[in-house]
Order: sequence, then structure tokens, then C-alpha cells
Amino acid sequence: MELLEIVNTKLKENFADAIESAEQLYDYPVFTVNKDKIHDILKFLKEDETLNFHFLTDLCGMQTADEKQLGVIYHLHNMPKNYRIRLKTFFDINKPEVATATDLWPAANWMERETYDFFGVKFKGHPNLKRILNVDEMDIFPLRKEYPLEDQGRTDKNDSMFGR
Amino acid sequence: MAKEIIKRTKLEIAKSPEGLEGPGFFATKLEDVVGLARKNSLWPLPFATSCCGIEFMATMASHYDLGRFGSERLSFSPRQADMLMVMGTIAKKMGPTLRQVYEQMAEPRWVLSVGACASTGGIFDTYSVLQGIDKIIPVDVYVPGCPPRPEQILEGVLKIQEMAQNESFRRRESEEYKKMLNSYGIE
Repeated sequence: MELLEIVNTKLKENFADAIESAEQLYDYPVFTVNKDKIHDILKFLKEDETLNFHFLTDLCGMQTADEKQLGVIYHLHNMPKNYRIRLKTFFDINKPEVATATDLWPAANWMERETYDFFGVKFKGHPNLKRILNVDEMDIFPLRKEYPLEDQGRTDKNDSMFGR
Repeated sequence: MAKEIIKRTKLEIAKSPEGLEGPGFFATKLEDVVGLARKNSLWPLPFATSCCGIEFMATMASHYDLGRFGSERLSFSPRQADMLMVMGTIAKKMGPTLRQVYEQMAEPRWVLSVGACASTGGIFDTYSVLQGIDKIIPVDVYVPGCPPRPEQILEGVLKIQEMAQNESFRRRESEEYKKMLNSYGIE
């Protein structure tokens, strides 16, 4: 709770308009921020002397339940003080563009490629944005809800056999 | 009285092919002799990607001992292998690698598909998994199971031995065979 206050105060001072929500989920302070300001906020969180979130634990994509929005989630960690926070940002599925974090943390490179691979999020400024885990020929973003999970090349399955 | 130390065991050796036998000579078809030799010295190339590979390790180990059937020597170079044993889930990204391994093998070559995943994709009916290796390379024998027991893998190898023994000399040169390879896009 303490950490939530500290970070929230700092963010409110500098990015008052960009913070959409700040809440404590279990042990984790979670902030939802405007996607246009995400890069500035990440840079601030990393370079601020007291916060100093120097480590990017994770970066991943998500799709909202109404299927209209995509999101990117950042997990940040300050090891000396053991601060951990989570940052979320959402944007329209038809214009999935967000600034890259590779200039702040080189670790973001592969994570952003993975997010692009599975959700089709385009990270502006990424040095090498191409698929990383799936085959290059794949023309879908498989973790989006609009695409089926099953392999479409399969001919030996029909719904009557599987109760679908 | 000398004690008999060595226990007598009944040794079974490979049966000789049909032929004309007489004192000091034995005449038979070259095809049969070659078949006999091929059958009993198949060099397997294990392409093990997951749990079926663990069963294969048991198959190779002393208890089940694939060496009893002349496949003692694993070939980790495709160029010297006779039998490609694909064991485990093949992701689509692994497909081109598997295909290249198959293409590098010299004729005659046989393919054994071990387990549900290699044969059909198994439980992994998903966008990232190849739904059976027969989508990219021709398969001679399928071994069902998830994973199959070592006995089943041995049975599969024995089936391939049977094919190797009875295969005609000209099969690999035949139009049908070339047509079959062409249907997989292999020249």
C-alpha cells in the first residue's frame, strides 16, 4: 500500500492526465496509463532516483474480453528496495501501435517480438520487429480471440465426433 | 572330470533365404541376400523431441535392448542412417529441420513415426503443432500410443525390418516411388 502511494504521488506530479487508474491488486500496485505517454512514464520510472525501476521483469500482451482492445503489460522491479509494480496500457485493436521500450531495457527486444508474434502489437521504434516463436509464414496472430486455436489443416476431425 | 562352466544356450541366428544348396555352395537371389543384410543392420537416426524419446531411451537400454535386432548403432548423422525414428511432438517450426534431415538420408531409407504426436499431432490440435509428420515426409510405419511402450516401438522396428527384407531392388527406382516423393515436393 505504501508503495502504491509513493509511485502514485510521483506519477501524479509529473503525468497527471496520463494516469487512468491506480489500484492495489493483492500485493501488487497496478497502474493503467495512457498509451501515448507510456514511453515517457517508463523512462521516468526507470530514471527517477527514489523509484529507480531498473529491471524489466516481463512484458506481455493481452486482449480485453470485449475483443475491441489490445493491451501491453509491463512488470517493473527495483531490486535494491524490492519494489515491484505493474503497468497496463490499452489501445484500439484496429490501430495496435505503441512505443518500444527497447531503448530503455534491451530485454524488451525479444518480449516485444513475442507480443507482436501473438497479438500483432506494433512497437514503434523496435529495431527488429518480426516473429520470434511461430513460423514466419504464419499470417495470423494466434492469441487474438478472432482466430481459432485449432489447426485448420486438419481433415480427420468433425464436430459430431467431438460433441461440438 | 572337467566341470562344464559355460552353460549351453540356444543361439538363434538369422534364417538363410531360400535357395539351392549343395556340398560347398549355396545359390540364391542377390535381392534376398541384400534384404537379409539390410534387415539385420538397420541404423536408426533418433529424432526425439519429447516423452516418446524417453521411451526410446528405455528401448535402447539393456532391458529391452534394440541391439538384439541389429540396431545397436545409432547414427546421429542422417547420411549414414537407414531408419528415421521420429519420436515426439513436431512443432511447425521444427518441420523444415525434420524435412532436411529426411532429405539428407541416403536411399534406401525408412521412416518410423512413434507416438500419437508424430503420427497425427496427438492432443496438440493447435496452430503451432504439425498435425502428423506425414504432412511433410512419407512415413512407413506408425506406432500408436501416448507414449507407446518400448515393446510397441520394437514391434514397429520389426515391421520396418520386414519391409527392408522383402523390398524389391527396383522399388526405389520405380515410377510409383518417384511419384510418391514428388507428392511431398521431394525430387
